[in-house]
Amino acid sequence: MRPYWEVARRTFHKMTTYRGATFAGAFTNTVFGLLSAYILLAVYAQRPSINGYDAVDAVTFTFVVQGLLMVVSVFGDTEIADRIKSGDVVIDLYRPIDYQGYWLAERYGKAAFYAIFRGIPPLIVGALVFDLRFPTSVSTWLAFLLSTALAVAVGFGWGFLLQLTAFWILDVRGPNQLGWVIAQFLAGMFIPLFLFPAWLMAIARALPFASILQLPAETFLGKHEGADLVGVLAIQAVWAIVLIGAGRLVLARAVRRVVVQGG
Amino acid sequence: MTANDRDPAIELRDVSKTFRVAHKKGRVRRGLREVVAVDDISLAIERGSIVGYIGPNGAGKSTTIKMLTGILVPSSGQVRVDRLDPSRARLEVTRRIGVVFGQRSQLWWDLPLRDSFSLLRHVYRVPGPRHQENLDRFVELLDMAEFVDVPVRQLSLGQRMRGELAAAILHDPTILFLDEPTIGLDVVSKEAVRRFLIELNRERHTTVLLTTHDLADVERLCERLIIIDHGTVIEDGTVADIKERYGTERTVVIDLDQPSVPLTVAGTEVVRIDGPRQWLRFRRADTTAAAVVAAVAEQADVRDLTVDEPEIDDIVRHIYQASR
Amino acid sequence: MPLRIYGHLVAAKTRADFQYRTSFFLYLASQTLISFADMVVVLILFTQVSSIASWSRSQVLFLYALSGIGFGLADLFISQVGLVSRHIKAGTFDQFLLRPLGALWQLSALEFAPRRAGRAVQPVIVLAVILPALDVQWTPVKVALVPITVVCGAVIFGAVWVTASSLAFYLVNSQELANSFTYGGSFLTQYPIDILGPWLRRFFTFAVPLAFVCYFPAAYIVDQPLPESIPSWFSFAAPVIALASVVVARALWRLGIRHYRSTGS
Repeated sequence: MRPYWEVARRTFHKMTTYRGATFAGAFTNTVFGLLSAYILLAVYAQRPSINGYDAVDAVTFTFVVQGLLMVVSVFGDTEIADRIKSGDVVIDLYRPIDYQGYWLAERYGKAAFYAIFRGIPPLIVGALVFDLRFPTSVSTWLAFLLSTALAVAVGFGWGFLLQLTAFWILDVRGPNQLGWVIAQFLAGMFIPLFLFPAWLMAIARALPFASILQLPAETFLGKHEGADLVGVLAIQAVWAIVLIGAGRLVLARAVRRVVVQGG
Repeated sequence: MTANDRDPAIELRDVSKTFRVAHKKGRVRRGLREVVAVDDISLAIERGSIVGYIGPNGAGKSTTIKMLTGILVPSSGQVRVDRLDPSRARLEVTRRIGVVFGQRSQLWWDLPLRDSFSLLRHVYRVPGPRHQENLDRFVELLDMAEFVDVPVRQLSLGQRMRGELAAAILHDPTILFLDEPTIGLDVVSKEAVRRFLIELNRERHTTVLLTTHDLADVERLCERLIIIDHGTVIEDGTVADIKERYGTERTVVIDLDQPSVPLTVAGTEVVRIDGPRQWLRFRRADTTAAAVVAAVAEQADVRDLTVDEPEIDDIVRHIYQASR
Repeated sequence: MPLRIYGHLVAAKTRADFQYRTSFFLYLASQTLISFADMVVVLILFTQVSSIASWSRSQVLFLYALSGIGFGLADLFISQVGLVSRHIKAGTFDQFLLRPLGALWQLSALEFAPRRAGRAVQPVIVLAVILPALDVQWTPVKVALVPITVVCGAVIFGAVWVTASSLAFYLVNSQELANSFTYGGSFLTQYPIDILGPWLRRFFTFAVPLAFVCYFPAAYIVDQPLPESIPSWFSFAAPVIALASVVVARALWRLGIRHYRSTGS
């Protein structure tokens, strides 16, 4: 475990040098949080509660989601794809550390950084402008942290698969963006899934993307307790395993192809 | 020749450039510090000459080039490029100059060279026939026929640099600025670039100002050498002049009939022995090569001998060290 | 920049982009999908309520269409200026100052990305569908106001983009900051700006005039009252605001370039 911990720690440390970008990003998250909150409030002005969520839930949800965006990386990354394209992937594969494990550790290093510096500011501003609902018990906070950690893994699994397309097509930005726009929508980034009509909500909940934003945000709101909460975490864990496992399989196939064909 | 042609192509008068740089003061606080990149430089460069502008990293070379090309505005002093002030008439100046930054590209990565050239033709509004004429000539001179239709991303560095050169001069600039044009190139490509510059200068009287770390470029191309450090000119003259002035030490390499103890010749010092071969270094102030050879011949049988000219590399290293 | 040169440069960039065909079409699809998703959000919200700030579904979709077309045009032709921050960081911005054309137009032409055309597709379709469905007594003024609004909206968005991107000359990592005004603005203008709290509403009326992109003119067209304290002639002020935004954006951009040329960073 030691090398993975080191990778994560160093990534975290590296991130702290991008101060300006971090501030600018937190500002952007906050602005989008404010705009979404006002739109949702205009909707809730007509109805006090929708599918068991009231206006305070909805506004809180918005700021939690804005804070989580970078943590779970819903805009995608191209670092892995770039190294595949440049051929550096071959060097990476010969390192005495698991390839996917390395990048997952890197992802967790970033996630920890973003959780603090991009996650907290929108929540603070949101709480200053609106009435927000924070978890009232330590166990809810812990459940939220665990759910977020699992969400990072699910997001990583999806992003890893998207980036592996670089083995087959030259410019990975297309599939990357397409894959993430779909994920964003079905994860509840544009609007919370609890505002979806029943049939669409059912579809969204059956897919892995809800595990990336919707489920951690619901956990934050304390919507899941006891066995229900365990079920939610289990769903996230299963999706993380499925997506990451799929990534391993695809990677193995792609590598075999590269080795056989010599790049 | 008109009076205007006798105006210098490039002129700097008391030019300085100061930057304010942020630096760390403790863990969080940052302060501003003034850094003088170019410190009161005055010089003039004649039309049609090829001039080497050299100096160690951070000496102020790039800053000077940027002021000459209009990218940067000097903090004080006057710059004239083809009689224009690049800080005011930047767009007009861009039409009269060509610029190659060795580490940057102005070609379209995904397009063939030919397409990049034709785009630049539109950017600079070069008349069609003139463009064709230039293109044909440069393709021939730079030997680009083989790869002019290949996307730039597939070109070797040497091929790309030849493309960059052509791209920089398709609009018939009278002055060409080259920042490290041979960096990273193999010997053959370097030679191709140098031959081309000489030809261009001969054929079109293009003034060339180049910065480089490869002094073979300077020896091959430049009649004049300007050395700067710490933002000021520390040496300015012909390559021969500078060699004359700084090349105070020579070495005579002597092949003896058989290995021998170190030779003792007044005013010289044996710096290296390799079997029957000995290297004798002397200062020109103390003795001459002829005197050394005569003295050696008296002591031993000489089979062969050469006199090593001072290498421009060594001289320049010497000058840099002296200015540090 | 003469249009002909611009055309040549754009055509070349399109040719270059087309070499990565699969990715190009996937990217185009994702751009179309983004604005499609924006529309789906509106439709979903209206499955829960029948009006937002007293605007009906077709009225909000009308806003979505006007905002989307304006933004799509600005995204296609102007958003490239946002790349200035990346060029400055990479040291490649100098190249733009070495050619006999304005840096702004070079960025627009050389970084032109035809895939962005996908953005405006969905809003155009929605506009075509929604115009006949609006319950409006069409007068010549209202008819004329639709294309004027689209054009002015694009210009205002473009000016916001240039202004926000000018920050890059002073701040290293300003792109995201700029995004909150551009992409944030696109998001905001799809809804009646009335929903904002009073000071944010004032901010988007007087400081960053996004309320003129479509909300004020559309309110007149669909007979919605403007918020109190907003004079009714604001519905017709978009051209003036657009012009003023361009003047400001141009001045700030030039100031930025001047700053860059004196500091080199």
